[in-house]
Amino acid sequence: MNRVGIVGVGQTTYERRKKDKAFSDLVYQVTVKALNDAGMTIRDIDNVVTVSNDFWDGRTISSMAVQDACGSTHKDISTVEGDGLFGVLYGMMRILSGSFATTLVVAHTKGSESRMNLITNAMFDPIYTRLLGLDAVTSAAMQARAYMDTFGITEEQCAKVSVKNHANGLDNPCAQLGMKITVSDVMASRVLSDPIKLLDTSPISDGAAAVVLASEAAAAKATTRPVWLQGFGYCCDAYHLGDRDLARSPALVKASKKAYSMAGVSDPVREIDVVELYDAFSYMELLWLEGLGFCGEGEGGRMIDKGVTGRNGSLPVNPSGGCLCAHAVVVAGLARLIEAALQVRGEAGPRQVSKCRRALAHGINGPCGQSHCVVIVGA
Amino acid sequence: MAGWQDETESMVHSGRIKVPYRWWVGETGSRFFVALRDEKKILGTWCGKCRMVFVPPRKTCGRCFHTSMEWRELGHQGSLITWTTPRYRENLHPLPPPFAYGVVKLDGADTGLTHLLAEFREGELRSGIRVEAVFAEPRAGNILDIRYFRPVRS
Repeated sequence: MNRVGIVGVGQTTYERRKKDKAFSDLVYQVTVKALNDAGMTIRDIDNVVTVSNDFWDGRTISSMAVQDACGSTHKDISTVEGDGLFGVLYGMMRILSGSFATTLVVAHTKGSESRMNLITNAMFDPIYTRLLGLDAVTSAAMQARAYMDTFGITEEQCAKVSVKNHANGLDNPCAQLGMKITVSDVMASRVLSDPIKLLDTSPISDGAAAVVLASEAAAAKATTRPVWLQGFGYCCDAYHLGDRDLARSPALVKASKKAYSMAGVSDPVREIDVVELYDAFSYMELLWLEGLGFCGEGEGGRMIDKGVTGRNGSLPVNPSGGCLCAHAVVVAGLARLIEAALQVRGEAGPRQVSKCRRALAHGINGPCGQSHCVVIVGA
Repeated sequence: MAGWQDETESMVHSGRIKVPYRWWVGETGSRFFVALRDEKKILGTWCGKCRMVFVPPRKTCGRCFHTSMEWRELGHQGSLITWTTPRYRENLHPLPPPFAYGVVKLDGADTGLTHLLAEFREGELRSGIRVEAVFAEPRAGNILDIRYFRPVRS
């Protein structure tokens, strides 16, 4: 099969409020960064996939508001409304179809410009669920409770994830909330919706990210060493929370198995060197590690207790600081992939994990990780 | 030209999107809400192939794509699967604090219904406890016709 590589990456710093920048400014900034990284110009790009959310942007066809900023005028442009990693999946497929040689995938969100609770309430069914007033925090709190109750995962174990990822963020110049905190700090932070506390929660962020994907032939013209998309998998669970087993993530099990099989990975624990996953809340890191097959069901807590997932552990997880340090919605999965690519390129600076040949990036969409996208990248 | 950005005041345009919708509930949903409003009955639909009762009721089974679903009347009581008590105030919340969100597996159903919980004591909510529906008076034909669930006390 033809290969598709990541030949350019670019992202903004993530901040609570980028007061002086419109989202189109952010898109322009990361488009130029990714093109420069690839040693390409906009003329080398033959199709564009934008990733945005109409509710967050407050306008329909929000992709059209970034048309100039991503250089897509008079080009083939298509849009994903969902996590940026799904945008990469789509961009890769467009190249594999043989119709295109290069895809620019660019995602943006300014979380500061609206109200998180109102927007995430709108992801629920208007007839059966939305009237209840659920939002991203309260729905995740029910998932956290179901997971913790089923397997005896403790709040302290979740707090340890927050401590680890916030410390990792200190070495990431793009992170919004790198900080040195303790388990007691997390435990003493304000309860938002039990068992979730403020420091178990990712921040609201402004930011954008872009990657340039290229076919094998087009990648040869780039100035970077391509990071190859070796495996891909995605799967979606039921929409209604009550239809799902919230303590487990069968959709992620399926998505990761597909990705491993495509990448020829038979033992992910040994063959994956870095994991960047979607930790919108601290418990998610533990639950997703189980779904990704890095440990058995209910063993996520032990992974953090044993220090396996620390930057110097045998399976570093979220060396970037993860979503807990910066969470621009729909950008965040793309940010996971960019960190994975930088790790494989050996360009992750002080966060560099030694001998990283293969990394995993993970993105989610929908309430409580309804759908999952898993990408394996390697040199 | 250089440097003008630093000297220019950053302007913010405030707006609000307010769009009314009239969502057709569908035949299956309409029967569910009419039964809830007029008879205080909670209905689900059964997929004979998956041998599962879904609530809210489905016209089609999302698992096997079977379309001949059968109606089932569910109990007013069930078991609490998970819950959370929001500690922040938000205009979206339909009940004053203290209230909780929960997923309730009603007797006779195989899926959970996401809804509200109230009338509980501190520490009373636990996975597996029995809860019962409290109905609104009068009822309007929407999901808040179940006002909330509360722990069953003998």
